[in-house]
Amino acid sequence: MTMATDSPKDGFRLSMLIYDTRYRSYTIQIVVLILFALAVAWLLNNTVQNLAARGKEFNFGFLWQRAGYDIGQQLIPYNNDDNHFRALLIGLLNTLVVAVLGCIFATILGVIVGVLRLSGNWLVSRLMTVYVEMFRNVPLLLWILLSYVILSEVTPQPRDFRVTDEMIAAGEEPAASMMFFDTVAVTNRGTNIPSALFERGLGTLDLGFMSLNLDFWAILAVIVASIYVNRRIVHSARATQEATGVRPVTWWKSILVLFGPVIALIVAMGFHLEIPELKGFNFQGGILVAHSFTALLIALTLYTAAFIAEIVRAGIQAISRGQSEAAFALGLRPNRTMSLIILPQALRVIIPPLISQYLNLTKNTSLGIAVSYLDLRGTLGGITLNQTGRELECMLLMMLIYLSISLMISAVMNMYNNSVQLKAR
Amino acid sequence: MKKSVFFGALAATTLVAGLAGAATLDDIKARGELLCGSNTGLTGFGAPDASGNWAGFDVDLCRAVAAAVLGDANKVKFVPTTGETRFTALQSGEVDLLVRNSTWTSSRDSELALDFVAVNYYDGQGFMVKKDLGVSSAKELDGATVCIQTGTTTELNLADFFKQNNISYQPVTVADDSEAQRQYLAGACDAYTTDASGLAASRATMPDAENHIILPEIISKEPLGPVVRHGDNNWGDIVRWTYYALLIAEEKGVTSANVEEVLASTTDEEVKRLLGASGEMGAKFGLDNDAFKRAIAAVGNYGEIFSRNIGEGTTINLARGLNALWTQGGLQYAPPFR
Repeated sequence: MTMATDSPKDGFRLSMLIYDTRYRSYTIQIVVLILFALAVAWLLNNTVQNLAARGKEFNFGFLWQRAGYDIGQQLIPYNNDDNHFRALLIGLLNTLVVAVLGCIFATILGVIVGVLRLSGNWLVSRLMTVYVEMFRNVPLLLWILLSYVILSEVTPQPRDFRVTDEMIAAGEEPAASMMFFDTVAVTNRGTNIPSALFERGLGTLDLGFMSLNLDFWAILAVIVASIYVNRRIVHSARATQEATGVRPVTWWKSILVLFGPVIALIVAMGFHLEIPELKGFNFQGGILVAHSFTALLIALTLYTAAFIAEIVRAGIQAISRGQSEAAFALGLRPNRTMSLIILPQALRVIIPPLISQYLNLTKNTSLGIAVSYLDLRGTLGGITLNQTGRELECMLLMMLIYLSISLMISAVMNMYNNSVQLKAR
Repeated sequence: MKKSVFFGALAATTLVAGLAGAATLDDIKARGELLCGSNTGLTGFGAPDASGNWAGFDVDLCRAVAAAVLGDANKVKFVPTTGETRFTALQSGEVDLLVRNSTWTSSRDSELALDFVAVNYYDGQGFMVKKDLGVSSAKELDGATVCIQTGTTTELNLADFFKQNNISYQPVTVADDSEAQRQYLAGACDAYTTDASGLAASRATMPDAENHIILPEIISKEPLGPVVRHGDNNWGDIVRWTYYALLIAEEKGVTSANVEEVLASTTDEEVKRLLGASGEMGAKFGLDNDAFKRAIAAVGNYGEIFSRNIGEGTTINLARGLNALWTQGGLQYAPPFR
């Protein structure tokens, strides 16, 4: 006869919600959930009440009204007759172009600095330490302002480039002159660079909501196709090498395939450069890269690169010394060891914190407002917000956009991260 | 116990948030201080001086209101606001009154739910350029780089002006007046545009003021005035009539120096009402009967405020122009005080 354990059978009591470990965690979770829901509800209710008290309603209709203001830097056509949504797009593109270029340059610089900081050369490694400590320990905003002030104060004014008849007669040189065979002019407003023009261009394709520059897309398509063909060539060369042991000579094929079609296309379209010229107050023609853009890009790059350098250094140091010793024992030279043995393994450690740096850089572009760079914060969160008085809508929309950009960067980088992780086979 | 304190506080905050803007006058009296939204620093209109005391044309209107409401022209806390933050500060109750070169427009009245109670300065947008640029008209600015303050009506006027005249420009959008001035002086822009009065004020603070000229074109109407929140009409009336009291005082020759004298000797019924010697004019606003007398005694009449801060002879050196009294061919006109 077994001794039946006398388990409590007197049913469920309310106090069990707190004292019984089977239920306690549910109780806590439900209470927290209710409190959270109440907090959210209170916030929403407060917002709705206050909006009502001020006679404001929550809607995004203002996005389709005429914007009425001008924007200095436009990657796609825009004028003050366009609506606020178009201005938002201009701002978004300005944000993205700084973010993408910043991420690329910061990565390149960061990897170089990170590797050099481990260099055996005392001077080089110390110099890199100074750079890293200086840049990551001073607020980014100060770097942005500093680079902007330097760019705008030390460069000549456009009128310094002017050559008058009297000056020619007196044999005087203007105070400033253009660089790179008279194609680039750096003034205290920006850098004027030549732009590409096509005499027999393909025109634009109007899709209603936006128009596509067919020249650009044609060139892009040709480049992508060339890269694909080149990869096929390299692939087949490797297959031949593995089958026969002899690698066929492919370099001239690669050069031909990579550059031939593009050059043929731009020559066919009648490529020529439009060189900026001083007319009136400013240089006209070509492309004006404003100093606000350059300063922001330089500061973001230098600042973020300092962090990336540390990440790269940590990643490299995480690889055991035995790896490089083994590589040296096999007769690999130091740079081959770095690129073939160390970096591929270090990437596993580097990528996750690198994602955060990319996200930081992207969000930090919003500091561009300090140097009058009209990014998303400057258009949607600045002028549009002000002129329409729609604080709540603009802020929410701006948060949503930054959130989406960040999530997209994370998603792409996580895909890359998965591809460099150790594969368990 | 703690919980009840927490919920009590929560309820109180909700209540306060709900009531802000309902009875501004009571709030100010309870606080003993007027919160006045001012400029971040525009000489002549609103800027702290070397010892930290705020002074200027707009500042004096705040002081007049404080004198009327609280009996002391110094019981004002000046809150510096930028072109971008000013209306939000007013709407959210951070300031009771905004006197900061703000232009009265229909969308600010309707969409932003603000009330412009008067126009204390009739202005228009102008351009300032360096003399050696060799420009004599704004229409010659084709292709120029123009510095412009963000969050202002001038931003939109500028776009309209260049479009109407079929000329192009490159905008440099800056956050406030001092940054605009720095960029303009550094040569980052050819021209600086804002209200003509603001240009005169900026120019006055430049080390080489004689090398800068203000172009003759005035491209817009900029009626600048004190602003209050929509919905508290009594408070709006108090600000409006404090301002009109200053105008009437100028019209009737009442100054800060002679106000007591006039009060004792005047036979003009309107002046008597204005100074609280007859009728219950102040009480109808929820103030003392001599509220407006205090305002005049504290800062002087409109003409005094003008000539002390921005008039001819000061560094700003602005003529009365449109801001002369209606009796002298200007636009400043107060309704009857009765």
